[in-house]
Amino acid sequence: MTTAALKQETVFDINEMNLWYDQFHALKDITFPIHKKEVTAIIGPSGCGKSTFIKSLNLMASRIPGVKMTGDITFNHQNIIINKPNLVDLRKKVGMIFQKGNPFPQSIFENVAYGPKIHGIRNKKRLQEMVEDSLKKTALWDEVKDRLNVNAFDLSGGQQQRLCIARAIATNPDVILFDEPTSALDPVSANKIEELILNLKQNYTIVIVTHNMQQAARISDKTAFFLHGRMIEHGDTNQLFSNPKNKETEEYITGRFG
Amino acid sequence: MKTISAAENTAKQRLIKTSGKNDRGELRGKIIISIAAFIIILATISITVFLAVKGLQAFVADGVNPITFLTSTNWNPTDDGSSQLGAFPFIFGSLAVTLLSALIAAPIGIGGAIFMTEIAPSWGRKVLQPVIELLVGIPSVVYGFIGLSVLVPFIRDHFPGIGYSLIAGVIVLSVMILPTITSISTDAMASLPDHLRDGSYALGATRWQTIRKVLMPAVMPSLWTAIILGMARAFGEALAVQMVIGNVRDLPSSIFDTTATLTSIITLNMGHTTYGSPENNALWSMGLILLLISFIFIMIVRFLSARRRV
Repeated sequence: MTTAALKQETVFDINEMNLWYDQFHALKDITFPIHKKEVTAIIGPSGCGKSTFIKSLNLMASRIPGVKMTGDITFNHQNIIINKPNLVDLRKKVGMIFQKGNPFPQSIFENVAYGPKIHGIRNKKRLQEMVEDSLKKTALWDEVKDRLNVNAFDLSGGQQQRLCIARAIATNPDVILFDEPTSALDPVSANKIEELILNLKQNYTIVIVTHNMQQAARISDKTAFFLHGRMIEHGDTNQLFSNPKNKETEEYITGRFG
Repeated sequence: MKTISAAENTAKQRLIKTSGKNDRGELRGKIIISIAAFIIILATISITVFLAVKGLQAFVADGVNPITFLTSTNWNPTDDGSSQLGAFPFIFGSLAVTLLSALIAAPIGIGGAIFMTEIAPSWGRKVLQPVIELLVGIPSVVYGFIGLSVLVPFIRDHFPGIGYSLIAGVIVLSVMILPTITSISTDAMASLPDHLRDGSYALGATRWQTIRKVLMPAVMPSLWTAIILGMARAFGEALAVQMVIGNVRDLPSSIFDTTATLTSIITLNMGHTTYGSPENNALWSMGLILLLISFIFIMIVRFLSARRRV
């Protein structure tokens, strides 16, 4: 309770942020902070812009042709929309996990070592340590330690997703973005990912987009509700789910639409 | 009562009618498709058998030693039975033009494919795709003619030799197989799922790192397939090569030297050899070698496709 009383440190400060796909105004005046070492869940119906929003935080959105962004996303004291930061440094610090596990068609070891390698680490022993460390942090080490040279496609869906998390951790990020990480998984594998996210919270700031409101309620500290490209409500997860201030939020979380 | 029976009746009729029609259509379709498949299989088998029988004549009937045929550089067909039939220079020539043209066309073709899919996917493909289709549409005799009127004089003026040369054949073939390699590579690169790119970029990789370390390894079997199919085309091409390579029966001493290929010797000599003569039979043996090497190319392609994982 004492930490909550202190002013929380923010990692991302989003202020009046807008995004267009050509003429389509996909995100409108988004303003809210993302706090350090917390899980922030983004919920909302399909097409509300939540995926677009999370892709803006590591500027993956700017890879899409025709995307234009304005406003302010402050990360590490600089506005990443205006200042055109070095994408290599930004994405090294802000990792991302996608809807479906997307390992490279290479060995388990090569997958995890990919990030460190492209960021300049050549030392074999150092790479081995980093791979082991990342796999341990994702609770995958015991399952794969005897077959690190096996192709990553031989893993199950849930293991592939955890491998992707290990791959993101290996670049030593501050933030990990999860874009509906369990929507393609069975409940048991999904549960493991949720447990993992709760563990990772101790060391990383986490932003998760999810369709599953129970999931948001279970694992997040803060929740932001998006609708039609706007951020409708942001607050403590418990408070937002038990006592939403906004009528639309209430209608959504009680299942009346969406 | 009456209306019900009428409804039943029409329903029944409709059911029977459509099912009968379907059955007949089904059978007809099956027969047509089976015949088509049968013709393809029959044609392949009969050509293979015919070529095998004719190709082995030289060894069985004329007493040509297969080892000599494959390794000797002496090609001296006569009518009096003292023929020397060593096809090694032609086998070497065919393999040399094939490998060298692949060596030129593969990097250019794959580079073009990467340009079209990764560097400038919006306009690159719009510009290059029609160019490539155009290259496919040009008949091989035109390629040969251009080689003969432009390339051969150029080589004669600027390099040693008489212009007709191995390198002239290689350059003409490179241009001819470029579209094959480029279009297959482009399709392969474009079919790579976007989530591979996303995964790499999200880790902070640059475009070049993504291409080299994620996309290229993933697409490698398909790129090899593209190269092998290009090589198969180069290996089988006769006309354009024959027009620029010089067609002498010796091993080339350099890439500026004249030589010949299996295909160019077959096209040149089939007209003026007597059917059934040792020389004519030896040409069939060369045809058999072409077939066998094509089979090897196909086996490699099949092996590579089986290894594809993305």
